[in-house]
Amino acid sequence: MKRSLLAALVVILILSVSVFGKVKIVYWQYYFETKVKAIDELIKEFQKLYPDIEVEHVTFPYEAFNEKVAASVPAGTGPDVVNLYYGWIPKYVTSGYLQPLPENEFSDEYFQKNFFPFVAKGVEFMGKRYAIPIAVRSLALFWNKDLFKEAKLDPEKPPRTLQELVEMAKKLTKYDKQGNIVQAGLATQPSGQGHHWIREVLVRQFGGAPYNQDYTKVTYYEVSQALKFYTDLITVHKVGYPGFMNDDITAFTSQAAAMNIDGSFRISALKKAGINFGVAELPEHNGIRSNFASFWANGITKNCTGEKLDAAIKFLKFLASEKVMEMWLEKVGELPANPAVAQKYYNDPIYGPFLRGLEYAHATFFVDETAQRKVMMDAVDKVWLKGVSPEQAFREAAQEEQVILDKFWKSVGK
Amino acid sequence: MKLRHKKVLTAYLFLSIPLLFFAFIRFYPMISAFYMSFTNWNIISPVRKLVGLSNYVGIFKDPVFMISLFNTLKYVLYGVPSVIVLSLALALLLNNVTKFQSFYRLIYVMPYITPIVATSWVWRWMYQKPPTGVINNFLSFLGLPARNFLMSTTEALPSIVATTVWVEIGYCVIIFLAGLQNIPKEYLEAARVDGANRRQLLFKITIPLLNPVIVFLSVMETIMFLRIFTQVYNMTDQGSGGPLNSTLPLVLYIYQKAFKSFDMGTAAAATVVLFLMILSITVLQLKVLNRRVQY
Repeated sequence: MKRSLLAALVVILILSVSVFGKVKIVYWQYYFETKVKAIDELIKEFQKLYPDIEVEHVTFPYEAFNEKVAASVPAGTGPDVVNLYYGWIPKYVTSGYLQPLPENEFSDEYFQKNFFPFVAKGVEFMGKRYAIPIAVRSLALFWNKDLFKEAKLDPEKPPRTLQELVEMAKKLTKYDKQGNIVQAGLATQPSGQGHHWIREVLVRQFGGAPYNQDYTKVTYYEVSQALKFYTDLITVHKVGYPGFMNDDITAFTSQAAAMNIDGSFRISALKKAGINFGVAELPEHNGIRSNFASFWANGITKNCTGEKLDAAIKFLKFLASEKVMEMWLEKVGELPANPAVAQKYYNDPIYGPFLRGLEYAHATFFVDETAQRKVMMDAVDKVWLKGVSPEQAFREAAQEEQVILDKFWKSVGK
Repeated sequence: MKLRHKKVLTAYLFLSIPLLFFAFIRFYPMISAFYMSFTNWNIISPVRKLVGLSNYVGIFKDPVFMISLFNTLKYVLYGVPSVIVLSLALALLLNNVTKFQSFYRLIYVMPYITPIVATSWVWRWMYQKPPTGVINNFLSFLGLPARNFLMSTTEALPSIVATTVWVEIGYCVIIFLAGLQNIPKEYLEAARVDGANRRQLLFKITIPLLNPVIVFLSVMETIMFLRIFTQVYNMTDQGSGGPLNSTLPLVLYIYQKAFKSFDMGTAAAATVVLFLMILSITVLQLKVLNRRVQY
């Protein structure tokens, strides 16, 4: 009797140790259905590999994400691992929210071996690195093959230069009797991916650069032809306008826009919607190619220490493993952040153009992504709504953005 | 202890619970916002450095803040009179209807009980250019040119006001109806016997007797329009208050500073300005509108 009681006690003790001995970490990301489902699956896999770690997955609507983060971390209730846009890193770091990745675990070699070169630069701030991605994204031209056929264009031949882009867009645009656009040849939405296309692609294609080397000075105003090219699509060629069908995504998915410049993250939604679309590298100009790369990355917050930190490091490395990257491409449609994994998909008709675009892509260093995007949105609005010249609109935009940059660099003592 | 004392003590005890609640949930954040407006706090960092009045100087130097200030006043100036006049007219009509009165009331109050986010998005679609926008399709059916509505720097703000007026009418009509039904029938009958016409009945009896309701509704509606946010956030591209800040109200400016740029000091300073605005306008309204009316 005594012995069995003792045995029972021992069993209870072991059980309770194994239950209470589990390290629990909390992971936060914004709500994007395919991403949420993928992470749920990955957490199960991860927990199989590390039975002593439990990961709690919490999601929020994208719009409320920053608020939730900002409100919970000072209260000590925030996540241990957080998924964030790389452009937010400077702000999160200067606010004392993220901790640098431990250098012994995430060395230079680790980055060199596992990621495209722009990743290491994108997650670096004042000499330290703060996050690692699962996947990256770049821009490409989506075109609707059915609408191309309808306009008597070859559905397998997308535009290859900016000039061809304009010519084809004109042929693809339809108007009603009063001259309103009922089908846009090319969707133009600066608040979507349009502002990236202007800043990182068009500005470079017209012979300039958006910022100086260390992102302390705005220089895009020297190439106002870039803004002129964009706004001419709206005011001169009349092939689309911001807000047509609410936004470019709605317009393209409802087959009311024949072409759109969008990110790789749109692929799965478009496939699901049953659109007969093709993907091409962004049209070049004067032989210059450029692209905008961006990514969401996982960082560790300052609240995460001790055992939790070890668990978080394991989780981060697991998420950035080659196997997860391949699964992520399949389920979410985002491109592998590891060139070795990406190599396998270079000739894929859908992913290939995005991956090839990564080779000549730039990731803008944002200090206040929302404010910097708004500057570009306003520049376009000034031209098409107010009739301001592109030169002046770009000059004003540069001045406004310079104020934002100056304020930031001053606050970090540079 | 006497029974009376006991009763008083119990009353204080029960009253102190909601008082505590108010103190922590209402007053503490308010006072803390005042304090915050003198600091450079960025929400995540635990350090709050006192910076004196520099946040206030900063916002009054910020052209975007000044635009949002004027926009807010525009919302009030366009919105409040429209809501009051339209809902009073509707209430007077409804007051004369005897059949299906509750059906009509239901129809008018529906927009008010619908979540404002849903309303905003439906209107956002209705304001679209052809071929998607219902309003523009109707205009083109009549042979009129399409309007830009939300995509114009001059039309966007009135468009948002129109939607808000449409929503608020439901609430005001109900309150006005209650007010109208409180006016004793004898007054109106006596006046009619004395030979008063409809115009005189309206301006000499009904409206003066409705004065408390009008005061109440204009104060409430003014505060509502001063704090306008959800409609603008949902009806403009990316919740930006655009195009070109033409619809940006103060509350959205505060929201952008606080939760997009993490600049809590500036946001708190703008909040204090908004608070002072609401306070002074409300006091002024109560003084002007609440004068005793001679019958």
